[in-house]
Amino acid sequence: MSTFEFPPSIISRPVYGTLAPRRGKHHLMIADAEGAEALLELAGKDAALMPRAHIIYVSGDVENPFVEKLRNIAPLHLYVGPSYNAAVPRLRRMLQDAHMGLQVYLAGTEGLMGQAMLEATSAGIPHTAIQTEHRGSVARRMQCVHCKGITENVITDPFTCSHCGLHLFVRDHYSRRIAAYQGVCVDAEDPGNVPPAVRLYS
Amino acid sequence: MSAGTTKIAVTVTDIVPLNDLVTRFRFERTDGGLLPTFSGGAHTVVEMKDGGKTRLNPYSLMSDPSDQTAYTISVRRDDAGRGGSLFMHRNVTVGDEMVISYPVNLFALDLRAHKHLMIAGGIGITPFMAQIKQLVATDGRFELHYACRNQALGTYADDLTAAHTTKVHVYFDDDKQAIDLENLLDGQPLGTHLYVCGPKGMINWVRKTAEDLGWPDEAVHYEEFLAPQSGKPFKVRLAKSNLEFEVGEHQSLLEAIEAAGVDAPYLCRGGACGQCETDVIEADGEILHRDHWLEDDEKRSGRKIMPCVSRLEGRIIVLDR
Ligand code: FES
Repeated sequence: MSTFEFPPSIISRPVYGTLAPRRGKHHLMIADAEGAEALLELAGKDAALMPRAHIIYVSGDVENPFVEKLRNIAPLHLYVGPSYNAAVPRLRRMLQDAHMGLQVYLAGTEGLMGQAMLEATSAGIPHTAIQTEHRGSVARRMQCVHCKGITENVITDPFTCSHCGLHLFVRDHYSRRIAAYQGVCVDAEDPGNVPPAVRLYS
Repeated sequence: MSAGTTKIAVTVTDIVPLNDLVTRFRFERTDGGLLPTFSGGAHTVVEMKDGGKTRLNPYSLMSDPSDQTAYTISVRRDDAGRGGSLFMHRNVTVGDEMVISYPVNLFALDLRAHKHLMIAGGIGITPFMAQIKQLVATDGRFELHYACRNQALGTYADDLTAAHTTKVHVYFDDDKQAIDLENLLDGQPLGTHLYVCGPKGMINWVRKTAEDLGWPDEAVHYEEFLAPQSGKPFKVRLAKSNLEFEVGEHQSLLEAIEAAGVDAPYLCRGGACGQCETDVIEADGEILHRDHWLEDDEKRSGRKIMPCVSRLEGRIIVLDR
């Protein structure tokens, strides 16, 4: 299993649940990598969802064994794409045409869920009405509070900003508007005094 | 002290009967000053000095929320009610001085909505009158579906259709016209918020249909003021104030507490706002919970009561007040 129990933190930090079937005529499911497992389990809970389900799956690589399994649960549509960014135009178009009652299920890494959540809330769905389930990597999407650049897949703390090169401390302070955690310069008081990088949650 | 219990002295400056059941009242400040602005959906609690009794009834404000010169309310006569609306219809005349509360909004528009879908039944139209004025002023997108008995009793139906031809849809029960709710809800774009105000049956129907169609709770808003119901008299003891008295057949528990001279909190007097929540120390009898506020397990626990609408069927209730 690809689950991880995040320790309790500040209120800003998103918390994730377990996907559960909901009522509604249309179901949009977005997942990356091991997030597929959560969708397979969801289909196991209520197979009747699938003929009304549109899955957007970010597979990462073409050999991904989950693709076949997702096909087997027979969703109305299955889109498999190489990256989240490649799926965004399709996602936006779907949300633009969608009606109230659409259920949104997000599963996988925090970066994927956060960005897809931002699209769904911008389209008008209250964030509390969107279900999420974390699976797979605990890497984060971080924003540098100094240069505002985003660094994807941050897995160590501190890390180096991929835009301005500052050494940033990984905070649990999260921005739903930007869909990223906030990284703050770790050696501002004492330049050069950078603690050794530790793998997140290790 | 909460906003809703701050009072304003007003004078009745206009009374307009609209049809057999509904009359509109206009209030201006007695001291000639400006009234506070409010937001669409707000209500005021009107104090009525009816002989020895003080009646306090909530009414939705229906005037333009940005108009500080006057407030208007529309009162539907309820011949079977406890007398507040009859008092307004029969005893109030132009020039009377009255006391009303600051506006309180328990039915506000969610301004994050991309579209506001409103469903009104009968006199439930009043909060929407103010909300529509607010939305027109701010270029908000709305659509109103208004069900009433017939043309004659369709309070403001003509005004609304004339002003907003493409946005207002009126249905007459007597002509067997009904809102095609499932289709209506099904076709709403993402980001629509739903608002319903009307009789209990309508509110339940709209909420249930929305839920079945997968609408999130956060996007469904409703307002129903419950009028307190009469019931068998019972005794109440206020532990802190050290008082014991009886709640009459046609009195609410809150009214009895006020009549005993105790200043108890309230905002809506209709079981909706939560302000009057009171701890129960002991009850000899069954609490008849009628509010929309307490959770089911709180109701079952017997440790809480909303005195504005709920009462005891039994001998005595002891409150932490
Ligand atoms: S006064 Fe609002 S619930 Fe009792």
